[in-house]
Amino acid sequence: MAAHAANAAHAHHGHKVKRYKGLMDWLTTVDHKKIGILYLLAGGLFFGVGGLEALLIRIQLIKPMNDFVGADTFNELITMHGTTMIFLGAMPMLFALMNAVIPLQIGARDVAFPFLNALGFWTFFFGGVLLNISWFAGNVPDAGWTSYVPLASPTYNSGHGVDYYVIGLQIAGIGTLLGGVNFMATIINMRAPGMSFMRMPMFTWTIFITSALIVFAFPVLTVGLVALMFDRLFQANFFETGSGGSAVLWEHVFWVFGHPEVYILILPAFGVISEVVSTFSRKRLFGYSSMVFATVLIAFLGFMVWAHHMFTTGLGPVANALFSIATMLIAVPTGVKIFNWLFTLWGGSIRFTTSSMFAIGFIPTFVMGGVTGVMLAVAPADYQYHDSYFVVAHFHYVIVGGLIFGIFAGLFYWWPKMFGRMLNEGLGKLTFWTFFAGFHLTFFVQHFLGLMGMPRRVWTYLPGQDFDTMNVISTIGAFLMGVGVIVFLINIFVTAAKPRNAKADAWEDGRSLEWSIPSPPPEYNFKQLPLVRNYDAWWRVKMDGQAEMPAAEPPGPIHMPSPSIMPLIMSIGLFIGGFGFMYDKLYLAIGGIGITLVCMLLRSVFDDHGFHIEEDEQEKGVHA
Amino acid sequence: MSAHQHAEGLMSHEPEKVTMEGRNKILGFWLFLGAETVLFGTLFSAFVALRHNVGDGPKASELFELPTVFAATMILLFSSLMSVFAVQAMHRHQVKAMIGWLVATVVLGLGFLGLEITEFTTYVSEGHKMNTSAFSSSFYTLVGFHGAHVAFGVLWITLLILQILKKGLTVVTAPKIYVSAIYWHFIDVVWVFIFTVVYLMGKVAA
Repeated sequence: MAAHAANAAHAHHGHKVKRYKGLMDWLTTVDHKKIGILYLLAGGLFFGVGGLEALLIRIQLIKPMNDFVGADTFNELITMHGTTMIFLGAMPMLFALMNAVIPLQIGARDVAFPFLNALGFWTFFFGGVLLNISWFAGNVPDAGWTSYVPLASPTYNSGHGVDYYVIGLQIAGIGTLLGGVNFMATIINMRAPGMSFMRMPMFTWTIFITSALIVFAFPVLTVGLVALMFDRLFQANFFETGSGGSAVLWEHVFWVFGHPEVYILILPAFGVISEVVSTFSRKRLFGYSSMVFATVLIAFLGFMVWAHHMFTTGLGPVANALFSIATMLIAVPTGVKIFNWLFTLWGGSIRFTTSSMFAIGFIPTFVMGGVTGVMLAVAPADYQYHDSYFVVAHFHYVIVGGLIFGIFAGLFYWWPKMFGRMLNEGLGKLTFWTFFAGFHLTFFVQHFLGLMGMPRRVWTYLPGQDFDTMNVISTIGAFLMGVGVIVFLINIFVTAAKPRNAKADAWEDGRSLEWSIPSPPPEYNFKQLPLVRNYDAWWRVKMDGQAEMPAAEPPGPIHMPSPSIMPLIMSIGLFIGGFGFMYDKLYLAIGGIGITLVCMLLRSVFDDHGFHIEEDEQEKGVHA
Repeated sequence: MSAHQHAEGLMSHEPEKVTMEGRNKILGFWLFLGAETVLFGTLFSAFVALRHNVGDGPKASELFELPTVFAATMILLFSSLMSVFAVQAMHRHQVKAMIGWLVATVVLGLGFLGLEITEFTTYVSEGHKMNTSAFSSSFYTLVGFHGAHVAFGVLWITLLILQILKKGLTVVTAPKIYVSAIYWHFIDVVWVFIFTVVYLMGKVAA
C-alpha cells in the first residue's frame, strides 16, 4: 500500500473528468451508493404497481361470482402481479440493499465493476418498463408468472402479451446476471486488508452466496426465454408437441431456474435478519460459522429440488421420492438458522426498534412458511395441495413474511446509512403492526381455503362452499397491508423534510464496518482502507475504547471511476431492439442492438482513466 | 490504484495481473464463463431431450457430413492454439509476435465460420430449417449460439488487435488480450462438446 501512495503521488492529474449535477448526475452515476438508491426507487415503484394489482385481485375475490374485473383481466393481473413482484419489486430492493451496504461492509471504495453496476441497473429498469408497457399496449401477459406452455405457446396465446413477458424478462435478466458477477467478484477481490472470508459480516456472506446462485441459475432462464421467444417469433418447435417439442421441457427449464430463484430471494433476507438481530440484541451472532455453513448448504440443495414443483406432472414415483427427500433436507440448515437467531436473542439486551420488530416478526412467520413447505414436500399429499390456495398461502408466507419483512427490517436499519436521516420510529411501528397484522389476516385463512379446495388462479367462485367469509377476511388483510405501505411512504416524506443529522454509528450498537464511516458516507467511502482484525470488527474496536478503525494505508489521493451515460444508452438500445423483435420490425431490432454494440465498442476503445480526489478535497466530504 | 499509472515502463511477466482492475477483470470473466457454461449446459439439455424428434424432416445421420465438421473442429482447435501462443508472446513482451498469433486466431476463426455458414445453407436446402422439427429447432439454437459466440469473438479480437497497434501493450490492454484468450478457449471447449454430442452421437445413435 505504500507503493500505492508513492504511485499516486506522481500520477497524472491531467485527466479532466466532467462531473454532472442534478438529474444528469443520477443518469450517469457509477457510485454504488447512488445506484442503490436508484434500485430502491425503481424497485419501490414496481412494488407499488404489483401491490395495486394484488389489491385488484383481492377486490375481485371479495365475494362469490363477483364481476369487478373480467376473467381475462384477472389472468393478466395474477400474471403481472407475480412477475412484477419477484423480478421487478423484490429482487431490485435486494439489489438496493446490497449496493448500499456490501462495499461498506467489506471496507471497499466501490464494487469491482462500477460501470457494469450502472449497466445492470438500467437494463433491469428498461426490462421492467418494457414488461409494464404491455398494459398500455393492450396485450398483457396472461399465462401466469411461470408462463407454462402450451398456454403460453403461439397456438393458444397468439397476441403479443407473452412476448412482453419473454423480452422484458430477458432484458431485465441481463441486469441481474451482471449484478451477480459483479458482487461475486467484489466480495472475492475487494475485501479490506485482514477481512478473511470467515470475518465477513453475515449479510455479506448471504449476498456472496446469492450472487453465486444468480450466476448459475439465471442463464437457465435466459435459455428458456430464448426457446419460448424462438417458438413464438420464428416458429421453432421447442415446446410444440405437434412437431416433436416437449411441454414438460419448459417446466424443467423454468424450475431449474425458478427454485434457486426463491433462495436468491430469501438468503439476503436471512442475512439482513442476522445483522439486525445481532445488533439489537447487542450480542455476537450465535453460531456464526454454522450460519455460514447453513447458507452454503441451502444454496447447494436449492439446485437439487426443482422437480418438487412438478410432483403432479407425472415424473414417476422414484423421481418424486428423491425430490421429496431432497426438499425436506433443506429444512435442516434452515432450522439451524432459526435456532441461531433465537439463541442470539436469548439473554441479549434487546432493543425493540422498528427494524428489530420486523426481524423478530420474521422468525415465527417464516417458520410457518417453512412448515407448510415441508408439508408440500410430501409428494402424495401434494396431489391434494397442488394448485390450491394452500400453495398461495405457503409461498406468500415465505416471500412476504420472509423476504418483505426482511427488506423492511433492512430498510429501517440501513436508512440512516443510505440517506443520513433516521426514519420516524412511531410511524415505523405503525407500519410494522398494520403490515404484520394485515399479512397474517390475508394469508393465514388461505391455508384453509386451499385445504377446502379453492383452486388458485381462478377468477371467481360459487357461493355456498364456505369460501365467502375467509375471502372477505383475506381482502381486509390485503388493504391493511396497503395501509402499512402508505404509512411507510408518509414516513419517507416526513423524514426527508428533517435535517440530515444521522450519526456515523446511527444505532450506537453497530458491529460491522459500515457504521465506522459517516452517514451517508463520502463518495469514496473510506478515506483510508480499514485494517480488520476480527469478526464484528467495528464493535471490537469500540469495545477497546477506540473511536476509529485502525487504518491499513496512509492517506493519499483516491482514484475514482468516471461517470458515464453509456449504461443508460446501452439499455435504451436493448429496449428498442426488444420492440423490433416483438413487432417484426427488423430495422428496429438491428438498430437497437446496434446502439448497444456501438456503445460496447466505444467503451473498449476509449479507456476510462477516472479521476483523483486529492487529500485537501477529501476533507469537504462529497456526499452521495 | 489506477491502471494508467503503470502504463509506462513497469511491465511485469504477467502484465494482465499488475493492476486491481486487471485482476478484477480476469476474475469477473471467469465467473461470467461459469454463467456461460450453465447457458450452454441448458442448450445441450434441450437438444438431448429433443434430438430424436425429427418429424418429417431429415434425421441427424442423414444430414451430417462428418469430414466437413471434422475440418471445422480442427480449424477451431488450431485457432485456440494460436491464442495460447499469443498470450505466451505477450508474457515475453513480444508485441509483434503476439499480433501475428492473434491475426492467425482470427483468420482460423473466420475459416470456421465460413464452413459453418456453408453447412447451414446446405442443410436448409435439404429441408432442415428452424421450423422443421423439434430436432432442427434445438440444433440451430445450440450450434447457432456457439456460432454467434465465434462471430463475436472474431470481431472482439480484431478490435483488440487494432487497439494494440494504436496503444501498444500496456497494463490496460494486456488484461483484454488475456480475457479474450480465455473466452476463445471456452468457445473451443463448447465446440468439442458439440462435435461429440451433436455430430458424433448423431451419426452413431440413429
